[in-house]
Amino acid sequence: MKEQALKDLREKIGYDYTFDCVQCGYCLPACPTYETMGKETHSPRGRINLVKMVAEEKMALEDLREPIEKCLGCQACVTACPTNTQYGRILEGAQEVLNDSEKKSVSKKLTEKIVFDTFFPSSKWMAGFGHVMWGYEKTGLQKAVRKSGLTKLAPLNLGKFEEIIPSPAAPKERKARKTYYPAKGKAKATVALFTGCIMDSTFFSTNQNTITLLNHAGANVYIPEAQTCCGALHSHSGDVKQARELAKSNIKAFEEINVDFVVNNAGGCGAQLTEYDHLLSNEAEWRDRARSFVEKSKDISTVLWELGGVSFLEEKEEVVTYQPSCHLTHVQKVTKEPKALIQALSGVVFNEMKDEQKCCGSAGIYNIVHYDDAMEILDVKMSHMKPTKAHTIITTNPGCLLQMKMGIKREGLEDSVRAVHLVDFLSERLPLT
Amino acid sequence: MNRLKKKWQKKLEKIIKDDKRILTDSADLLSYGFDGSFGQYKPERVVQPVNREEVAAVMKLANKYSIPVYPRGQATCLSGGPLPVKGGIVLDTCHMTGQLSIDSENLTAVVSPGILTSKIKEAAEEKGFFYPPDPSSAHVSTIGGNVAENSGGPRGLKYGVTGNYVLGLEVVTPEGEIIYTGGQTIKNVTGYNLTQLLVGSEGTLGVITEITLRLVPKPKKRVSILSVFDDLVDSGRAISGVLSAGIMPSAMEIIDKHCINAVENYKPAGYPTDAAAIILIELDGHPKAIEEESVQVTDICKELGARTVQSAVDEEDQKSLWEARKLVSPAIAKIKPTKISEDATVPRSKIPEMFERLNKIREKYNIELVVFGHAGDGNLHPNILTDKRDTEEMKCVELAVSEIFEAAIDLGGTLSGEHGIGTMKTPFMEKELGSAGLEMMKRVKESWDPNNIMNPGKIFPEKGQTKLVLTE
Ligand SMILES: Cc1cc2nc3c(=O)[nH]c(=O)nc-3n(C[C@H](O)[C@H](O)[C@H](O)COP(=O)(O)OP(=O)(O)OC[C@H]3O[C@@H](n4cnc5c(N)ncnc54)[C@H](O)[C@@H]3O)c2cc1C
Ligand code: SF4
Ligand code: SF4
Repeated sequence: MKEQALKDLREKIGYDYTFDCVQCGYCLPACPTYETMGKETHSPRGRINLVKMVAEEKMALEDLREPIEKCLGCQACVTACPTNTQYGRILEGAQEVLNDSEKKSVSKKLTEKIVFDTFFPSSKWMAGFGHVMWGYEKTGLQKAVRKSGLTKLAPLNLGKFEEIIPSPAAPKERKARKTYYPAKGKAKATVALFTGCIMDSTFFSTNQNTITLLNHAGANVYIPEAQTCCGALHSHSGDVKQARELAKSNIKAFEEINVDFVVNNAGGCGAQLTEYDHLLSNEAEWRDRARSFVEKSKDISTVLWELGGVSFLEEKEEVVTYQPSCHLTHVQKVTKEPKALIQALSGVVFNEMKDEQKCCGSAGIYNIVHYDDAMEILDVKMSHMKPTKAHTIITTNPGCLLQMKMGIKREGLEDSVRAVHLVDFLSERLPLT
Repeated sequence: MNRLKKKWQKKLEKIIKDDKRILTDSADLLSYGFDGSFGQYKPERVVQPVNREEVAAVMKLANKYSIPVYPRGQATCLSGGPLPVKGGIVLDTCHMTGQLSIDSENLTAVVSPGILTSKIKEAAEEKGFFYPPDPSSAHVSTIGGNVAENSGGPRGLKYGVTGNYVLGLEVVTPEGEIIYTGGQTIKNVTGYNLTQLLVGSEGTLGVITEITLRLVPKPKKRVSILSVFDDLVDSGRAISGVLSAGIMPSAMEIIDKHCINAVENYKPAGYPTDAAAIILIELDGHPKAIEEESVQVTDICKELGARTVQSAVDEEDQKSLWEARKLVSPAIAKIKPTKISEDATVPRSKIPEMFERLNKIREKYNIELVVFGHAGDGNLHPNILTDKRDTEEMKCVELAVSEIFEAAIDLGGTLSGEHGIGTMKTPFMEKELGSAGLEMMKRVKESWDPNNIMNPGKIFPEKGQTKLVLTE
């Protein structure tokens, strides 16, 4: 490779970050793919080393594709790492480089065609996305999805999720939503809700419940209309340019109201929001604005906790366990609040599952693209879930929620176990008045 | 030559029938070509056997075709032990996890080599027992690797190291025979002690396929004490003072001022950055005895010039005292990206002198050299922080590391207290052992492994290998 090209590759792939890794292996026990796939190639240490191998021209770029594609991006390895190696950056760089190289090889037209023929052949998904105000086409989400590898799959795997995807809210219901909901009683804070595109289509009622909970907890809630997709999928599939544009739109949309917090309720989106400062770190006019946006961005559990908890909720008996969202745990580093909220509820018995901080295999669209691998990871998860004897699995991210539903179905536990978003779980305990 | 290669590779597929457990892709091969130390190699095959029979068949084949075989656990080795320096086959033992049973009557555990050490500890504790060896990598490293490296940790002072707990082994020899050494009993004098020969043999004499370990009763109570010293020599005297008072702490750790500073920069918690050293002591045993001993230890430290002495009984409080020690590794990694972790060990009484020598080395080469370690047993961890990409500095580091080894040997110590010789320390073997001593070791190796296929390139210096090389 020419010197300049090599320099560019190294820069893009995050070669410098790989030097933070001392190959101690402390991340191995944390990695779900190392556990299920059983080889170093699918471990964090292995992946970092392979990125290094590519950057040092000791391995062909194409050989990196599988190890990187099979990574969940759960970032459990980042939490486990004693040297604070930024695996997320290395992964992002590798994905970008791999995608760029693919772009050249595949005829664009053909890809486009495959997209439209196979992408989301589920009527429910289409309906959901169709109603999203910004449309998935407009945000470039479509392109991101295509790049992510989803296009290569048979519609087969999507079909498997059909049954567990909830029906989207009717357009009428969505249109009826206001842009401001005042706090019940004296307001302690003013917040803005980040609705998220999947959350707002497929999980519309969860967003409504979020608003109600916040009102009860003493927050005035604004829903800025100009907000758009968080850009997580764009980032993860290597489309950094579009991710930056979306970030700017959101920063702008949320700057219009002076709020204490920007609240989100999807671990994956929330993680992306907290990356905005990194994403825009090279753009002088955006740097400070991004930082202040990031500082305000908080998960619903943190905000409820900071507003004084959920003592306004009523007693109801239930045995529950918790499956934390990876992006909430390992990127946003929110671990205590969701559990503290659950444990504060009277009548609730909380049984922690073993290795709860390990990914469930949902990981964005991983469970669709790498269906078999994801199911193996899910089966491990369910084997830890069952001994808790919980009737309810609480999650903090829509993807995890669907995956948990899938796990319940695979185990044939539909009659005795359910999966529910933390917000919906809490809302079930709201006083009737 | 090539035909021969094809032949053994074909035959290998007949032994490991599950093709998922024979790795051939570039990415896979490179992933098994490194460890926690230096160097990247590429084996020709990686196999992941699940039982002794597969291991034996692989060894027979390799012996017949003279293919090097490199046993590998989780590759946390800090001396190059599992590196496939001559290609051949990497034999990954991580999938051999079938056995982990605790015998409460005999206080023993029988385990497969791929079991993580921390799992053994947990299983023993569930039954009220204690498996004392505690390398800080216990939650990642395999027991097979621990036995092969004779790993130790802070508790080595009172409890000894891995080898002190190995009663018996099942081993596949380089020629593919399955043998059993030692047994289930504490006392055993039947013939040569092959068990202890295999302990610490770094995978050069055979593949360990099962281990019988000794357990001990769980200590009833623990207390931790942290003392701060303004003078290094005083801290050394305090260490000796405690031990000569007839007290045997379960751990005794020292952190030098460079480490304290690094920790304080990393996660400020109010550690005294102007102190010369921090000594951390853990006592365990009967509650009454410990109570008395902790008063004694406190008095001794104060008498010998400790600036402050703090003790903790509560588990949480103890944890926070040890936090400083735990943070050392991540904190010093922030100084510079490449960490060279040595484990030169000296007689306890020579600790202050060793510190002085290390200080001189630090100044002479103008490198980031910090020291912490297991003060009680003289097992220090001088760590050099550098940057692999800076070849000029790396040359200095090579010289500095060599001088560290020499200093340890000069003071009557040893090259390695726990990390092993591997590839990194081979050039210094003769200096420590003498030529006749090294020759005897070589003869042992040759008679076990006549075709030199078992982890070749380790422990013994290759022709012309006279100094440490860290650069490519
Ligand atoms: C952060 C960090 C901290 C550490 N702390 C300590 C410490 O406190 N104390 C300490 O002693 N060490 C420590 N180590 C070193 C290392 O963890 C130990 O040497 C450990 O025993 C290696 O185990 P492993 O499973 O990773 O084996 P590997 O690194 O894979 O192999 C080590 C050696 O054992 C051989 N081997 C492995 N399995 C077998 C088998 N079944 N049969 C025959 N040979 C085999 C290999 O060929 C190699 O020579 C540390 C390492 C790191 C990275
Ligand atoms: S992000 Fe998750 S799956 Fe990927 S290497 Fe890290 S721990 Fe493993
Ligand atoms: S824990 Fe961190 S430093 Fe250690 S191998 Fe994993 S990524 Fe590298």
